[in-house]
Amino acid sequence: MSKPKVATTSLAGCFGCHMSLLDIDERILQLIELIDFDKSPIDDIKEFTGRCLVGLVEGGCANEENVRVLQDFRKHCDILISVGDCATMGGLPAMRNTIPLRECLEEAYLNGPSVYNPSGKIPNDEEIPLLLNKVYPCHEVVKIDYHLPGCPPSADTIWQALTALLGDKPVGMPYELIKYD
Amino acid sequence: MADNFTFIIDGTEIPARQGQTILKAADEAGIYIPRLCNKDGLEPYGACRVCTVLVNGRPQSACTQPAQPGIIVENDTEELTEMRKQLIEMLFVEGNHFCMFCEKSGNCELQALGYRLGIAAPRFPFMFPQRELDATHPEVFVDRNRCILCGRCVRASRDQDGKNVFQFTGRGIKKRISVNATSRLADTELKSADKAVAACPVGSILKKGVGYAVPIGERIYDHKPIGSDIESKAK
Ligand code: SF4
Ligand code: SF4
Ligand code: FES
Repeated sequence: MSKPKVATTSLAGCFGCHMSLLDIDERILQLIELIDFDKSPIDDIKEFTGRCLVGLVEGGCANEENVRVLQDFRKHCDILISVGDCATMGGLPAMRNTIPLRECLEEAYLNGPSVYNPSGKIPNDEEIPLLLNKVYPCHEVVKIDYHLPGCPPSADTIWQALTALLGDKPVGMPYELIKYD
Repeated sequence: MADNFTFIIDGTEIPARQGQTILKAADEAGIYIPRLCNKDGLEPYGACRVCTVLVNGRPQSACTQPAQPGIIVENDTEELTEMRKQLIEMLFVEGNHFCMFCEKSGNCELQALGYRLGIAAPRFPFMFPQRELDATHPEVFVDRNRCILCGRCVRASRDQDGKNVFQFTGRGIKKRISVNATSRLADTELKSADKAVAACPVGSILKKGVGYAVPIGERIYDHKPIGSDIESKAK
């Protein structure tokens, strides 16, 4: 029987949660016995090759591309997990949510103290995904089955959740594995 | 009425004295009733409703409700835990809580209740409100993004510090913690050693120049859930 597949992605995140996943150390060898990675920056597979058991989503939705990728994950994964504070509550990128988008762009490209931008223009190429008005946690965009908070969630938290799901057991988290920081 | 009597919490008979609240009697018996706006030494206020229990079947806030002989109190039930979770989740979405860089993280009572109740993510839409930060005072700042309107600073400043530095302004969703000066914290008599500063359960009133003083792993709620100190008194 072929191994179940796991896909991962980083939306509006910093890749810290992926680092935390790699932080399971030598247990990665055990993990590779249990699963195959599908679409993921870990193996650099860019598009889904088939149905996945688990999708791990780092980061919230800050732009239209994030939304598209997230919807694609929902379509291809039986179980979708929000990994980290950015996915579960917007995280640091959501600090812009109390500031109007235009003001954010003007600060970044026109008015910021270290800005050098002789064109005086805010980038607006069609290659660049359009920003959303706010940064949204994943569960405000698609249905999310489990949440692993933390910035990042510890390797043990991710390991505990993955092995429970792969073993068809409930994802019960001991006290010390739920952290918001 | 007898001065000493007993009543029942979740099937256990516990002793109480005339004039004690349900919460106080429970504390002494080693039974933890979750709470946020209540603090030992401050007058009960009944604002957060996290301590809601059923008294003879009716919801009451345990921090304000006097214990009575023979009452039947329900505390640790699935229904009440679910209600408490929802209250805590609402407090999270109603403010801007970025625990990852908050100096209070690990020592914060709101966060600790989230942990104890097993909240992985709030189920309500995040509001990301506009809230003001007041950093005018040389020793203390107020970050209203994290204020949960518990009123502990108001009571501590008024009753313990005798200063009346804090008060509420506005109503409903517009309610804010304000200072009793022309509007700036710097214009008040607040000192960093005041009880009002220590009374804040979250990272809304913090001392400057402290930062992340306690390393991760050694903070109050890193290993033990909030309430375990009370529960360890149980016989
Ligand atoms: S006040 Fe508490 S809940 Fe809010 S950000 Fe700080 S640690 Fe988190
Ligand atoms: S500033 Fe702190 S103590 Fe005062 S009402 Fe807000 S949360 Fe409570
Ligand atoms: S602790 Fe009783 S209402 Fe807040």
